[in-house]
Amino acid sequence: MTDIDIDIEQYKVTEEPFYEAQDDEVALYAAAYEARLPVMIKGPTGCGKSRFIEHMAWKLGKPLITVACNEDMTASDLVGRYLLDADGTRWLDGPLTIAARIGAICYLDEIVEARQDTTVVIHPLTDHRRQLPLDKKGELIDAHEDFQLVISYNPGYQSLMKDLKQSTKQRFTGLDFDYPDSKTESEIIEKETGANAEISDKLVKIAHTARNLKGHGLDEGISTRLLVYAATLINKGIEPKAACRMALVRPITDDKDIRSTLDHSIESIFG
Amino acid sequence: MQESDLQAYRDKLKCSFPQIEECFEDYIQDCLRNLSNDGIENYLSGASLICMIGRGWEPVMIYLEEMPEMANRLGEPILEIVSKAVWDMSRTPNGKAIPPFMQCLPEASRRLGTLEQMQHFLDILFEMMETTTTSVHGHHKTHSSQGFPELLKQIPFLLNQLSLEGLKNWIEYGTRNYLSHPERQKDYFSLQSADSKAMLQRERHGTLYMDNERKLDMYLRSMWEDESYFVPYSLGFDEMRKPVPYYDHLGIRVPDVYDDLNGVSGLDRYRITIAHIAAHRKWTTPIIADNFSPFQRLAIEHLEDSRVEYLMLKEYPGLRKHLLALHPKPVEGDCNTETESCVRHRLAMLSRAILDENHGYKNKHILEFTAKFHDALKADDSSTKAMADIAILFTARTRLQSDQSPNIRFENTVVDYRDDNRHMWIFIEEGDEEEAFEDKRETKPQEVDIDGLPPRHYAEWDYNTSTFKPDWVSLYESIHPSAEAKDIDAILDKHKSLAKQLKAILDRLKPQQFVRVRYQEEGSELDLDVAIRSLIDYKCGAQPDPRINMSHKHDGRDIAVMLLLDLSASLNDIPAGSDQTILQLSQEAVSLLSWTIEQLGDKFAIAGFHSDTRHNVRYYHIKGYSEQFDDTVKARLSAMEAGFSTRMGTAIRHASHYLENQNADKKLLLILTDGEPSDIDVDDEQYLIHDTKKAVDEVSSKGMYSYCISLDKKADDYIQDIFGKSGYTVIDNVEKLPEKLPLLFTALTS
Repeated sequence: MTDIDIDIEQYKVTEEPFYEAQDDEVALYAAAYEARLPVMIKGPTGCGKSRFIEHMAWKLGKPLITVACNEDMTASDLVGRYLLDADGTRWLDGPLTIAARIGAICYLDEIVEARQDTTVVIHPLTDHRRQLPLDKKGELIDAHEDFQLVISYNPGYQSLMKDLKQSTKQRFTGLDFDYPDSKTESEIIEKETGANAEISDKLVKIAHTARNLKGHGLDEGISTRLLVYAATLINKGIEPKAACRMALVRPITDDKDIRSTLDHSIESIFG
Repeated sequence: MQESDLQAYRDKLKCSFPQIEECFEDYIQDCLRNLSNDGIENYLSGASLICMIGRGWEPVMIYLEEMPEMANRLGEPILEIVSKAVWDMSRTPNGKAIPPFMQCLPEASRRLGTLEQMQHFLDILFEMMETTTTSVHGHHKTHSSQGFPELLKQIPFLLNQLSLEGLKNWIEYGTRNYLSHPERQKDYFSLQSADSKAMLQRERHGTLYMDNERKLDMYLRSMWEDESYFVPYSLGFDEMRKPVPYYDHLGIRVPDVYDDLNGVSGLDRYRITIAHIAAHRKWTTPIIADNFSPFQRLAIEHLEDSRVEYLMLKEYPGLRKHLLALHPKPVEGDCNTETESCVRHRLAMLSRAILDENHGYKNKHILEFTAKFHDALKADDSSTKAMADIAILFTARTRLQSDQSPNIRFENTVVDYRDDNRHMWIFIEEGDEEEAFEDKRETKPQEVDIDGLPPRHYAEWDYNTSTFKPDWVSLYESIHPSAEAKDIDAILDKHKSLAKQLKAILDRLKPQQFVRVRYQEEGSELDLDVAIRSLIDYKCGAQPDPRINMSHKHDGRDIAVMLLLDLSASLNDIPAGSDQTILQLSQEAVSLLSWTIEQLGDKFAIAGFHSDTRHNVRYYHIKGYSEQFDDTVKARLSAMEAGFSTRMGTAIRHASHYLENQNADKKLLLILTDGEPSDIDVDDEQYLIHDTKKAVDEVSSKGMYSYCISLDKKADDYIQDIFGKSGYTVIDNVEKLPEKLPLLFTALTS
């Protein structure tokens, strides 16, 4: 009902999540947090957006509340709603409200998946007001001073329909993410999974062949995340080519020609 | 051999051409080597039979000469089969074809290799002969087959290109389509017509470029980050000098077909060829050619090929096994330096040694230069220039007097996935003849005719063979001519009352953007009314209704429509009991329908078509998707005219390709026609009906709906076959069309 009974600790990131900086994004984000500016993170799927936020939350020592957005999500899913119980109705805070109360970083993942009319509820939190009106409950929350809003989205594959409103876009500072360069990516795979350098290099090479096909039958290339999966499978003793087919090719496409091309590239690279 | 024995054999051959005497002894010697005694008996009686047909000495001689070897290869029954076949042929008007028939047999037997295959082959030939031998009157076949002798002449080539199955299809296609047209038949079977070549292409064995274009494109893009056009060339028609892959600024030339070779699939051979070319594009820098001798150039090319392959394998080690399988393995010492030029042989050995660690060559030069090559590439990627230096040293070190010999050893030296390396040379001087007299002739580019679009070719379905005839129909599209828009306004005015009724229907149909869905167990919001009611129930101890949420949903119309009008000549008919032609009625109906759809706001296009043989299908755009139903469109609509025939399948294919590109949930292809598909160059009524059915199937397989509105009262016979049970309506009372059409549309789409 109120902010007293919320367990802040559960939202804290306790162990350092592994993150390899690609550029100066850590410093940029830290500066934005210092000023409590809302941040928008763009980048293709599986390039480390969420991992970055986790890492930063850990580094800044703030709780992190993550909301995966989807089409069915409504404003009440963010803000909160009345539920029924034995005595009538009971208000339950939504994740956004909780974050505003306890001063957490609220991370709305894949925000464009939510309908545009839903995303409007974040507006008052993202400008100078830093308030969240709960109109159904008749309450106006002033955001905790540590509260910050972060959203992420992938400008690549969504349709024209799924874009942020200009009025939403213009409330954020932006960071662009992309897949790391070959060397960094290979190191990430090594550190994340303990795979050896040779395997990691080859996996990165395969990923590059697929990324070259983006826009030519593939909506998205093979992500760093999938490479990590493949390396994990290989570590489990799976034959590398089979692991690549399972982790890298089958998930991303059903197109026969692309499959055949990627399978061939795996054959060529692993020999 | 005894004179008497020979005479005994000669007596058994009942044939008195003097030409035979000279060689008879050789023939018999050949027989004794190859045939059993029974075989020789059969052989001689067969030859006697052929002698009796009265076609001169040539068929007999061919028989005598070729049959022993053929019988040895295929078994002795072939002796009788052939002589019997020739005898049968001589009983038909096709006697003239006997000499070419005999001539094609040896090559055919070499290709086919077994008696069974040979029997199949002869069956195919004779079936073709039977069908194409025609009679003018009565039952007796009197006219010889026009295509048969031509076909026989092409047999060696055809068997080289096609499997027996493919040959059969190719022949059947020709007999079926050109049965009643002797001249065309000749063209087809002598491989002169475009049709025959296209058909041949389709039946060829191996992996066709056509089938894998997209894969290869992706291969180049994904693994080489390169982009280029592919231009296939045909291996089928150049016997003397086989073209090899190459690239220039116009694109990468690759063969149109690759057979599997040494366990490497055709597709992988394509990939290897492209990989080699892509590697050149990535790593080769052109060098100046003028200072090198031809031999030096050859050596430089070989080493550069090896270099780019080496770099390629560093990146993609998995390709090595394919390269090893495809690269020839010249055998050391195979080339005689006394009599032949061994330049190519030597270079191929070097190239093999570089590629293959286990080459096993002992030649010290080869070993030395292999080591040199690997040294050069140890540190970095090296360069074309460095390869040139090694190559020149190699040429100098290994030069032999016999290199100049015209008798060059080619065997086992051709690396067929490599290109001709024309890209790696810069020529400063144009040629050896400095005073090249002829200036380049300037040709003016031809004025491009911008009036019409180039024709589009569509395949047509042949139900007799269950195959598509490739690029069979040519379709020309253009914008429909215009007349007065006010005529259409007048029509709309005339049907004002009808329009009013329609409007009422339309208002009900218009999409309601937001709809509330109540009584949901799970939803986006609590429906307070229901929730409180439930709560009261609960408090009273009754079973509460758990469906207390509500949600919203969009109820939009997202339909794209293509209206395809049959504009064939029969539209000019005036139906019984009416004073307007079908064309005028259609015009009214279409105007009203357009108005209706415009009101609804659906995406909508109109096109008309008619045909005058397969060479001329006309497709007119009356309204495009991006156009409004305004005066330009009305003007085109009012200019509608009827003429020619109804080749519907092609028109459907063309219309559906426009519809397919529309971005809509539901896509509807409406076809308004007054009769069955037909054209003046088609005799078989069923043919175009089946083709249209096939086109309709294609449409639905692409996720579009097709619906036919037929004004033909007798349409029931065929229309259900084409459009399926619920894909059509027959409007008997044509006068009601203007009224029915919009209603039908709204019913279909609500």
